[in-house]
Amino acid sequence: MQIIRSPKTYDVCIIGSGAGGGTAAKVLTEAGADVVMLEGGPMWDSAKNGAMFAWNYDSPTRGWGGDKKPFGVYDGCLGGWDIEGEPYTVGTGNWRWFRGRMLGGRTHHWGRISLRFGPDDFRRKSIDGFGDDWPISYDEMKPYYDKLDEFVGIFGSNHASQTGLHNEPDGIFMPPPKPRAHELLIKQACDRMKIPVVPSRLSIITRPHNNRPACHYCGQCGRGCAVHANFSSVSVMLPPALATGKLTIVANAMAREVMTNGDGLATGVSYINTADMSEREVRARIVIVAASCCESARLLLNSKSSRFPNGLANSSGTVGKYLTDSTGLSVSGFIPTLMDTPRYNADGVGGMHLYIPWWGDNKALGFPRGYHVELGGGFGMPGYGFMSGVHNFPQSRGGGYGADLKAEYRRYYGAFVSFSGRGEQVARPDCYCEIDPNVVDKWGIPVLRFHHTWSDHERLQARHMQETFRAIITEMGGVPTTNMPTREQDYGLAVGGLIIHEAGATRMGNDPKTSVLNSHSQAHDVRNLFIADGGPFVSQADKNLTWTIMALSWRTSAYIADERRKGNL
Amino acid sequence: MSEMDRRQALRVLGGTPAAALAFTWTAEEASAAAAQATQARAQAAARRQPYRPRFFTASEYATVVALADTIIPRDARSGSASDAGAPEFIDYIVAEQPARQTAMRGGLVWLDSECRRRFDKTFVSCAVGERGQVLDDIAWPARARRELSHGVQFFTTMRDLVATGFWSSRIGVDDIGYLGNRPVGEWPGAPAAVLLKLGVSYE
Repeated sequence: MQIIRSPKTYDVCIIGSGAGGGTAAKVLTEAGADVVMLEGGPMWDSAKNGAMFAWNYDSPTRGWGGDKKPFGVYDGCLGGWDIEGEPYTVGTGNWRWFRGRMLGGRTHHWGRISLRFGPDDFRRKSIDGFGDDWPISYDEMKPYYDKLDEFVGIFGSNHASQTGLHNEPDGIFMPPPKPRAHELLIKQACDRMKIPVVPSRLSIITRPHNNRPACHYCGQCGRGCAVHANFSSVSVMLPPALATGKLTIVANAMAREVMTNGDGLATGVSYINTADMSEREVRARIVIVAASCCESARLLLNSKSSRFPNGLANSSGTVGKYLTDSTGLSVSGFIPTLMDTPRYNADGVGGMHLYIPWWGDNKALGFPRGYHVELGGGFGMPGYGFMSGVHNFPQSRGGGYGADLKAEYRRYYGAFVSFSGRGEQVARPDCYCEIDPNVVDKWGIPVLRFHHTWSDHERLQARHMQETFRAIITEMGGVPTTNMPTREQDYGLAVGGLIIHEAGATRMGNDPKTSVLNSHSQAHDVRNLFIADGGPFVSQADKNLTWTIMALSWRTSAYIADERRKGNL
Repeated sequence: MSEMDRRQALRVLGGTPAAALAFTWTAEEASAAAAQATQARAQAAARRQPYRPRFFTASEYATVVALADTIIPRDARSGSASDAGAPEFIDYIVAEQPARQTAMRGGLVWLDSECRRRFDKTFVSCAVGERGQVLDDIAWPARARRELSHGVQFFTTMRDLVATGFWSSRIGVDDIGYLGNRPVGEWPGAPAAVLLKLGVSYE
């Protein structure tokens, strides 16, 4: 079959429609660029395709979704860690790779936890000597975080002046919802322990905003919000881009390679139309790769030519290196005080109402980087796995059956809380992805092989999480429901990739010998090639990364618009 | 007219939950809708075929039903596990999860063997007291005799599946008191009685 080439040359081709790609499409179309966006998965509309207000009993599996829906049958994200026909392999250590395959990508999955990085997060090497500093500062990023807060809409509170946490910068927040009852109970214990508990910062609007209604508090953000009260690229970024008339979206387009010419410039993208397996090409003056951290690295590594034998934009050999995920582990506790609590509608927004930002002083702790804590508990909708393991519940009868057991289940509903730590891994060159020389996916595209291990920096941080969460549960008068894991068990750290916060595989820097991109996320080697996802990150933070992916993409896109105006691109 | 009846009525009349928020009913409309809904429910119940298991044989399924209703029986507040559709769920999920199949099938055989050994009858044929003698020996993992560990393992799994099947059903959701999955204008927070019980406040 012949390759089908688009007759038109677009100003910009964006690969990926998620957080980074969606933001770039909005900013660039509004600046007048003619943009084509390639998405590997199908079209998706939260209003039509979501499952808001569905009941678990309407599903024969009571909400269980299997490999195809690891977060439940009603989850609004298509994709997962295991996708049929799209393998990856693991060399050293272990790694799991979650991919979204739909318009809007993984913005349908994330918890809308929108934590802007703080001043320290851009200069960690200067502070503790590990990893590298970013080539940009918080002050350079602040205007873009502010634009995001204002345009997308986010609730939260400014607390730095009260908590003294200077690395948790103020933002532009809508009023946060009141805390849930169990969150107040957690806060009460943490207040005694001098651990700050503050309103969470989620990109869910609590006031009408830009023709989107305020949240109606059904707690189901993860299913796709039919009224667009939460953030997803599809709900918030793509509509204004489409309204300009300058955005063309091509779904089911699996990018294979970024094409280049004799001058070493990007000329477009070749892709597979997954609907009919045809080979296609689209031409563009500028290419923005926003396919997700590892997918973008894979695309560059697969874009080999005589001029770029190690892959595109990889003269430094850095593409794929310095791959990180957030550290993660959870501890649950049974809280006797919460037994027999009168019922109320505890749904609220689709996420915690309070959280714990990083409060520790790493100089005094023996590990360099911090973490934040996500709180769980309350009266959730019963579904698959509900009340599983009742025979092990602390202070329970230990099993049994019959009317007494039925009554016991009622007493334990809502009597558990959970603490999930999400922390910063120190970036290292020996955590990386590369092309597996022997394996291709079903589109014939060579796949990634991952190498990822934790170091003592992360293990000691994990031990601190475990000890802290257990201490909070004890302070609440409760009992942890799991035993303290050992050092050999990495203190309970989740396998890399399970937290779905990959970053760093195409990192930015001022030195072209040690970085892929400059401070505008522009490839050192190819001036009309940009990356707009987690790839450019020099380091993670003790904060989730999506808000920074979008702020970076906005900044990069504003730079591109400016360079285009000046005739430089 | 209860909220459930009203929602049911709206569904029968071709209305939607959104419509329910948009208009109010006269007494006549409400009672007419209720009557229609009651009739429709009765008709639907009469039409409903008994569930045909996808995984279990008929005799295995009878054992699953008996176990489920022993684990979560009807009481003053709500119906039993089988009233809530728990056996259907268990059959469906075991069919969907091949990794569970051998243990479930083998566990049921283990249970019948144990009952035969003691009473020369299958579990289903046993009297309530006889069933209880076997279950009491496997329903309490911490104090069960070691030689019964396979029965304990099976019963623990079954209890957890019954819990999902019952509590995530409509009957179970109403019983346990989950009050969400509905739109609210401004989320009001926890009521005073809850705050008082926990000793916390919004102040």
